[in-house]
Amino acid sequence: MYDKGKVLTGLAIFVAIVTFPVWYDLVHAQHVPKLEKPTLSKKCVADIAYMRTSHMVLLDNWRNEVVREEKRKMIDVEGKPYAKSLQMGCMKCHPDQKKFCDECHTYADVDPFCWDCHFQPQKETK
Amino acid sequence: MANKKVDELGVSVAREPSLMTGAIPTQDWWDIPAVFKPGNYCYPGKPEMVAYHSKSLPGKFGEPRVWDIESDDWKLPENWKEIIINGFKERLDKFRSLKIFMDCCVRCGACADKCHFFLGTGDPKNMPVLRAELMRSIYRNEFTKAGKILGKLAGAREMTFGVLKEWFMYFYQCTECRRCSVFCPYGIDTAEITMIARELLHLVGVNTNWILEPAANSNRTGNHMGLQPHTLKENAEYLCDDIESITGIRITPSWNRKGAEVLFITPSADLFADPGIYTFMGYLLLFEHIGLDYTLSTYASEGGNFGLFTNNELMKRLNAKMYAEAKRLGVKWILGGECGHMWRVLHQYMDTMNGPADFLQVPKSPITGTVFENAASTKMVHISEFTADLIRHGKLKIDPSRNNHRRVTFHDSCNPSRAMGLLEEPRQILKSVVNNFYEMPENTIREYTFCCGSGTGLNTGEIMDLRMRAGLPRANAVQFVKDKHDVNTLSCVCAIDRATLTNLVDFWVPGTQVCGVSELVGNALIMDGEKERESGLRFEPLEGMEG
Amino acid sequence: MKILYPFVAVLGLIVIATIGSRAGMEPLFGIVFPYLAILIFLGGFINKVVGWAKSPVPFRIPTTCGQANSLPWIEQACFDNPSTSFGVTVRMFLEVFLFRSLFRNTQADVYDGPKLRYGSSKYLWLFGLLFHYSFLVIVLRHIRLFADPIPFFVKILEFFDGFLQIGLPHLYQSDLVIVGAILLLLLRRMLLTNVRYISLPADYFPLFLILAIALSGMTMRYLTRADVVNIKQLAVGLATFKPVIVGDLGAVFYVHLFLVCALLVYFPFSKLMHLGGVFMSPTRNLANNSRMVRHINPWNDPNLKPHSYASYEDEFRTFMVEAGIPVDKELPAETPAAE
Repeated sequence: MYDKGKVLTGLAIFVAIVTFPVWYDLVHAQHVPKLEKPTLSKKCVADIAYMRTSHMVLLDNWRNEVVREEKRKMIDVEGKPYAKSLQMGCMKCHPDQKKFCDECHTYADVDPFCWDCHFQPQKETK
Repeated sequence: MANKKVDELGVSVAREPSLMTGAIPTQDWWDIPAVFKPGNYCYPGKPEMVAYHSKSLPGKFGEPRVWDIESDDWKLPENWKEIIINGFKERLDKFRSLKIFMDCCVRCGACADKCHFFLGTGDPKNMPVLRAELMRSIYRNEFTKAGKILGKLAGAREMTFGVLKEWFMYFYQCTECRRCSVFCPYGIDTAEITMIARELLHLVGVNTNWILEPAANSNRTGNHMGLQPHTLKENAEYLCDDIESITGIRITPSWNRKGAEVLFITPSADLFADPGIYTFMGYLLLFEHIGLDYTLSTYASEGGNFGLFTNNELMKRLNAKMYAEAKRLGVKWILGGECGHMWRVLHQYMDTMNGPADFLQVPKSPITGTVFENAASTKMVHISEFTADLIRHGKLKIDPSRNNHRRVTFHDSCNPSRAMGLLEEPRQILKSVVNNFYEMPENTIREYTFCCGSGTGLNTGEIMDLRMRAGLPRANAVQFVKDKHDVNTLSCVCAIDRATLTNLVDFWVPGTQVCGVSELVGNALIMDGEKERESGLRFEPLEGMEG
Repeated sequence: MKILYPFVAVLGLIVIATIGSRAGMEPLFGIVFPYLAILIFLGGFINKVVGWAKSPVPFRIPTTCGQANSLPWIEQACFDNPSTSFGVTVRMFLEVFLFRSLFRNTQADVYDGPKLRYGSSKYLWLFGLLFHYSFLVIVLRHIRLFADPIPFFVKILEFFDGFLQIGLPHLYQSDLVIVGAILLLLLRRMLLTNVRYISLPADYFPLFLILAIALSGMTMRYLTRADVVNIKQLAVGLATFKPVIVGDLGAVFYVHLFLVCALLVYFPFSKLMHLGGVFMSPTRNLANNSRMVRHINPWNDPNLKPHSYASYEDEFRTFMVEAGIPVDKELPAETPAAE
C-alpha cells in the first residue's frame, strides 16, 4: 500500500507552509516605508545609522533618566538646547506619528509602548 | 550448585563494569569486534536443513555447508558483500518501514535502556539504537549522499566481515519484542530491522539450526518437532487419558474432520511439551464443556511460525497451510490457541499474505452468538477472546477455588501485547477462574511487558547464559510479586513462554510454575458428569486435598 | 572528536559568512545562498519523502500500546491502539504535537540482587518539547520579516511571546527557552553515558548549528541591533523575487542568514528528516484493524504456495490410515501397509 494521495497531500501542505511568504506577498500589495526628511532642522541628536537601528534605546534611556533619575537637563545639539523628550524633543521635528513612527513600526511589526503613557498626539498638521 | 551460578550471574549483571552499571567503554562501538565463543551463539544451520529450504525457496538461504562460527572463515560465497548490498537495496524498495527507520533516528537514547538484552548484558550494542546503527552505518555508506561524501563523519562504514559478524551476533540477540518501539518518538521498530537483517544474513547462508530445523519440520510434517500424524494423534490420546484420570471424563478430539464448524490450531508444543500439555488439556476440557463442533488438523498442526524468524517468504509458505486446511476441511472459521509470535503472524500478516479468506465466514461463537467483528476479514479468533466471551455470557460453570493452590500473576507476551493489543481478555478470564490474581509492576506488563528473553528462535540450550540475562527483567518482576504476594504461578498466553519462562524462573525465581491461561480455565471448569476433582491438570493436589 | 569536529564546522561557517559579507559579497550571501538553500531544502525534502513513498507499506504493523478493539464490553485504548482513522489521527496528533511516546520514557537502574528498577524520566520529553516549540514559535515569528502586511497570527504570537515586556526591545521568551533547551539537550548528550556513547558528529552538528543561529539572532536583536526595515526589504524582496539589499545589514545578520542557509541545506540529508518521517512511520500511522480489513501488499507473490496437503498425505497416508485419521485418497488396495 502506497497511500500516494495522503503522501502527496502532506507534501503539498508542507510546501505551502514553507512558501507561505511567497504566495502571501503575491496576494497582498506591498508597501515599502517612505520616510520624509524633517524640514525644521537638518541635525538630529545622533547619526542616521544609529537612529535607524537604536532610537528606542535612546528614548528608553531618556525616559529612565528623566522620569526615574530626575536628570532633566537639556542636551546640546550643535549649540541648540534639546529636551530629552519624545513629544517635546523628537516630535518637534518629526511631528506626525503616522509618518514618522507608524510608517516603519507597522511595516516591521513593532509595537512600541510609548503610547501606553503618552497621549497620542493630535493631528496638529491638519 | 545452581545457586552458585545464579549468584555469579547476578553479581555479574549488577556489578561488572558495563554500560548498565555506569562504566563507559573506552573504545567506540565500531572499533569493538564481535567475538564468538561457546555460549554466546546459536549453532549454524545443518547443510541438509539449508538445502531443504533452498529447494522450495531458491536463493533465499545461501549455500548449504558446514561452517564454524568461531573461525574467521565462514565459507561465504565470494560475492557475499554484493549479495548483502543488493538484498539490502531490494528490501529498501519493498519496505517503507526500513527506509524510514534507516533515515529518521535522532539517537535520542529513549530506547537505550528499554531492551531486555541490554538490561541483562549491559552490552552497548544491545541498545536498540546501536543494534539498528549496525545496519544504518552500512545503509549510509551505500545509499545516502551524506554517507558517501562524509564517510565516517556521517556515521557511515563499509560492509566488512567484521560487520557481518556483528550482525549475526546482535540480530540474534534481539527477540523482536517491539518494546523499544513503544518508547521511540518515531515508532522505530527494531523488530522490523532485525527481521530484515536476518533475511539478509540468510541470503549468504548465515543462519542458526534452531530456527531452520523446526521450520523445515513444520513445512514437511506440519509442526516444529516433526511429529507425524499418527504420533500427534497418539500424544493427544495420552493427554486425554490424563484428563480421564483427573476428571473421569473421556474426550476424543477429532482430527482432519471435514465439515466441522471450527478448525482449532495451536502451537504443537502444546501437544508434547511440559507445561504446554496442560494448556492443551485445558482447551479440550473447554471445548467439551461447551460442546464445540471443532476439529484439529495434522497437516496444519503448528500455530507457531519459525518462518517469521527467517524471511517473509518462508513465513508466508508456512502460514498458508492454515487457510489451505480450513478450505479443504470446509470449516466456517479458525480458532487459534495461546501463542505469541503465532499471533503476530495471524494478526498482522496472514490476511495480507494468504487472504482473502472468502471461503470462511465471519467468526460467530456458536454458544453465545457473539460475532467477532474484529476478525471479520481474517476469520481467526484468539482462544482468549473466545473464552472471555463465554465467561462474560455465563456459559461456563466455573469453580475458581480449584485454583486456590495457585497465586497467579500474568505475563503479557510481546506479540499479543505490542502487535495486537490482547491485554484485557486474558485478565478477564483469570479474574474469573482464579481467586488470587496479582499484577506485576506496571512498567513490566501490558504494552511495557518484558520478553521472556528467548523468543524468535533463541530458545535453545546453547545460549542459556544469555537467555537468563535477557530474561532477567521479566524474572525480576516475578520475584517482586513473589516477595510481595507469595505468587507461585506465572500464567501466560504463549507457547514459547511456557517453555522458556520455565527455565527462567527455575533459575532466578525457583518454586514458580509457568502455565497457560487455558490450563487454569480447564482446572476450574465443572464438567458434566465429572468425578470429584482431587488434583489439578498436573496431578498436583488441590487445596484441601493435599497428603 | 565527535564533539570537536561539528563545533569547528559551525565556527568555520561563521568565519566564512563574516569574511564573505565584509569582502563585498553581500549579494552572494544575501540573495544567492538563500535562494539556493531554500531550493535544496524543498527539493531535497520532497525527494526524500517521495523516495520513502515509492516503497510500499507491505504489512500493517502498528505497534499497539494499549487494549485493542475487541469484544464490545472491553474498553479499547482508542488512541494508543486505534482501529479507526479518527483514532489514528488522534494518535498521530499526540505523537507529533505532544511527543506521546517520549512521554512514556523511563530510566532503568540495576542494583545488587540483581534488582532492576524503572523510574519515571520525563526530562527528555520536556527538553524536546521546549526545544521544538520554541523553534516553531521563532520560525513563525520570522514571518513578520517576509510578509507584508503582517498576518494576524504573527501579531498574536509576538504579543504572547513578548508579553513579559522585559528589556528593550522586548525579550521573547522563546529565545531564552530555545537556548536553554539546546544547552540541556547538549549537556544530556555529553553527560549521560549511554547517550554519549551512541552520539555521532551528526548529532552534535545540528545542535551547535541551531545554537549558533539562535545566538546570532539574539545578538542582532538585543546587542548590536540591526536595521529591521532594510532587512525586511530584503526578505520581502526574496519572497517576491525582487530582492534588493539596501544599506549595510551588518556582519551578524549575514552570519545569521548563512547559518540558516546551512541548516536548510543540511536538513534533507540528515536525521533532521524526522520531521517528515514522524508522519510516515508505519508503526504509528496505521490502524490496528489487520484482522478486520484486509491490507494489500503490492508485491505479494500469489504463486508462493504452501507444501500442499496432497503431497503431505502422499507422504504420510499409510500412517494416517492406520491411525484412523481421515484421508482424501485411500490406500491402493493391492499394497497393504507393510509395517
